[in-house]
Amino acid sequence: MIEWLRQPWPWYVAGPVIGLMVPVLLIIGNKSFGISSSLRHICAACLPSKAPFFNYEWKNEIWNLFLVGGILLGGIIAGQWLSSPDAVQINPKLAAELSSYGISNYNNLVPAELFTWPALLSAKGLILMAGGGFLVGFGTRYAGGCTSGHSIMGLSTLQLPSLVATCCFMAGGFIVANLILPLILKL
Amino acid sequence: MSATTKAQQHHDFLTGNADFEVRSLDAVCLNESELKHPWWYNFKYMITGILFGILLIKAEVISWFRIQEMFRLQSFHMYGVIGSAVVVGIISVWIIKKFHIKTIYGEPIEFVTRKLNKGNVIGGLLFGFGWALTGACPGPLFAQIGTGATATIITLLSAIAGTWTYGVLRDKLPH
Repeated sequence: MIEWLRQPWPWYVAGPVIGLMVPVLLIIGNKSFGISSSLRHICAACLPSKAPFFNYEWKNEIWNLFLVGGILLGGIIAGQWLSSPDAVQINPKLAAELSSYGISNYNNLVPAELFTWPALLSAKGLILMAGGGFLVGFGTRYAGGCTSGHSIMGLSTLQLPSLVATCCFMAGGFIVANLILPLILKL
Repeated sequence: MSATTKAQQHHDFLTGNADFEVRSLDAVCLNESELKHPWWYNFKYMITGILFGILLIKAEVISWFRIQEMFRLQSFHMYGVIGSAVVVGIISVWIIKKFHIKTIYGEPIEFVTRKLNKGNVIGGLLFGFGWALTGACPGPLFAQIGTGATATIITLLSAIAGTWTYGVLRDKLPH
């Protein structure tokens, strides 16, 4: 059992179970599945602002902070006890491309050459971590949701804004991954 | 009380709520329970989150490498995960609507629908840019930190700063 759990799970196991998050949250407490709102609640709770956007009773949304706290704990559990001993198997084309930028360590979920504390001092590390993070926070809120809120919850309820947002997520990702990221990795 | 009046009452609660107007700005996810429970009831969401976090890691959907493959059309994995999740989600929501399934506390489940706005496009593209750079959407950020990629804390703090900046600038941006 543990041996099986340690393997990476195939998409046809993981995908449907992720989909079940939608009915589970609805049925256990009438909650919509969404993660990016937690960033807003953290702002409303911790950062001073007179902006009306953060002027709501964040304590009513505390369930969402428990959810993301759980995701963090889930990361610790999976990382400690369920991690696969092998490196991530990636497409040889991607491996060839990445090796030309000096990325060859596939042992972690993120490339060790780019996402570490020392890498923060380099231009590419700073752009990827701080710049990328800022875009994730700004973009998800502007769009009204992230992959879970729009692409899973929103599409599950057949909402047009979510379909448009999901297409834009993908379009933005294609542009940056293929055209911009190579320039950054060359820095 | 009949089912219809109960559903109507829940609808009035949702939309007549003083906080609703502010909170419904730029949020696709909106359901709310009328029930007031002690804070420790929230641990059920933490357990759900733990399962979700394990799932994200074991499915490798939070791997920077998998995200790069997805955006280069080099692997079906991410499309399979998201696609099958959506199919299960659509069927679940359809069943909930069709059979008027209630929460475990007997509360009706109502779906609030949103209107399309420019933010879905502009914000969507900006998030897409960030997703390709960081290889993570908001959920995975928390899970990555859990696995020991502690530098991702910087990415998370930047994302919080991004959300805050958006909130402050919101009235000046096109919607």
